[in-house]
Amino acid sequence: MTRTLVIGGGPAGLAAAWAAAQSGETVTLLDDNPTLGGQIWRGRIPARYRRFLDPRITVQTVLQVHSASQLPPADRIILATGARELFLPFPGWTLPHVLGAGGLQAIVKGGLPIAGKRIVVAGSGPLLLAVAAYLRRRGARILLVAEQAPYPRIAAFTRSLWRHPAKLLEAAQLGFGLRYRPDSWPLRADPGSVTLQGHGVIACDYLACGFGLVVNTELAELLGCQVENGRVLTDPDQRTTVPHIFFAGAGSVDRSLLEGQIAGFGPARGRALHAARAAAVAFDRGIDEAFALRSELKSLTTPETIVCRCEDVPFSAIWPQRDWRSVKLQTRCGMGPCQGRICGPALAHLCGWPAASVRPPLFPTRLENLLDLRD
Amino acid sequence: MIPITVNGQPLTVPPGTTVAAAVMRVQAGFRRSVTGESRGPLCGMGICMECRVTLNGHPHERSCQLLCAPGMEITTP
Repeated sequence: MTRTLVIGGGPAGLAAAWAAAQSGETVTLLDDNPTLGGQIWRGRIPARYRRFLDPRITVQTVLQVHSASQLPPADRIILATGARELFLPFPGWTLPHVLGAGGLQAIVKGGLPIAGKRIVVAGSGPLLLAVAAYLRRRGARILLVAEQAPYPRIAAFTRSLWRHPAKLLEAAQLGFGLRYRPDSWPLRADPGSVTLQGHGVIACDYLACGFGLVVNTELAELLGCQVENGRVLTDPDQRTTVPHIFFAGAGSVDRSLLEGQIAGFGPARGRALHAARAAAVAFDRGIDEAFALRSELKSLTTPETIVCRCEDVPFSAIWPQRDWRSVKLQTRCGMGPCQGRICGPALAHLCGWPAASVRPPLFPTRLENLLDLRD
Repeated sequence: MIPITVNGQPLTVPPGTTVAAAVMRVQAGFRRSVTGESRGPLCGMGICMECRVTLNGHPHERSCQLLCAPGMEITTP
């Protein structure tokens, strides 16, 4: 019987684990979060997807793996490690009232009361609308949603939604009554306020700000899977370039669910879903084009702006360097506990540098854990 | 409700509350950066490491990834 290890319990990982279990495989699902559902569902899995929680799946959450001996033996691994937000450095982005858009939503879902708080949501992508709508439902006052993409692109994208009535309805419901403004982005944040392009200074309790998504490719890279343009390369059956390792998800929920099922079912049964996946991929591509980042955002980062939050490295220390290696050696940028996960994608945007190579440990760990490995 | 303390101040939070959400009920700053700036959570998903706190004496715990438990002592610099 095939033993399958699924890493990541978001939509793709849940779908993959369920599909593999349906196919008679012995499935273990791992996640480092306290609850399943990934960043999008965070323990509140919609009723129509609860069938994915097949009792035959062995689930382990809040997991930190220090050695392979902690893992069950597996014949194949499905990686569904999801995505994080892209953060672009601008003056004041390190202040405590500035959070990611998904970041603030996650903490509110984690129990932070938000009723009555004044919030500006800024950055780019459909997530801004979803976050603003969620926070408003929880009683927050959404002062403005600032989308960097130009108005004509947003208008064209919205028109294209006529071909996807369910998505159009969703967007209309989320956006109804919100002050949604294209052609606007944060110029700087100060304690208790944000200055927005075209809208001046706005006093707020929180600025929730994200500029799109970055795929979490680190584990795949560490396992030797080839990554290109920020995505793990996969074949039509979601196989990576390493035998027996699959990758699924990190796009929209629709796409993640399809990719997860294709990876979980395997080629024979998975092929029936290829056409639906192609449509989801095409839809995601339309989103990427509509919300592509404008070049003006590169000038938001001033010489004094801290780029590496772990080591407090300002942009002025970075721009004389030629590449990631020299930046790390000369400035310590990317050498802190986030291991370049935040500043790496920012510098890829600012300087066009590809991400640095990944080395173990994947996440910072205690010396006692490393010492245990000697035994 | 779950009783905890944040920098010695008693607080009760509903079950399922993350440590990060509990701290943010009380204060904005979670840690000091290497040059002494006050920092709080950014990503909310265990990646940026900005929300680290000391939990029951253990430093560098990622507060956004952990749920409050009865008697938990959370300290920030």
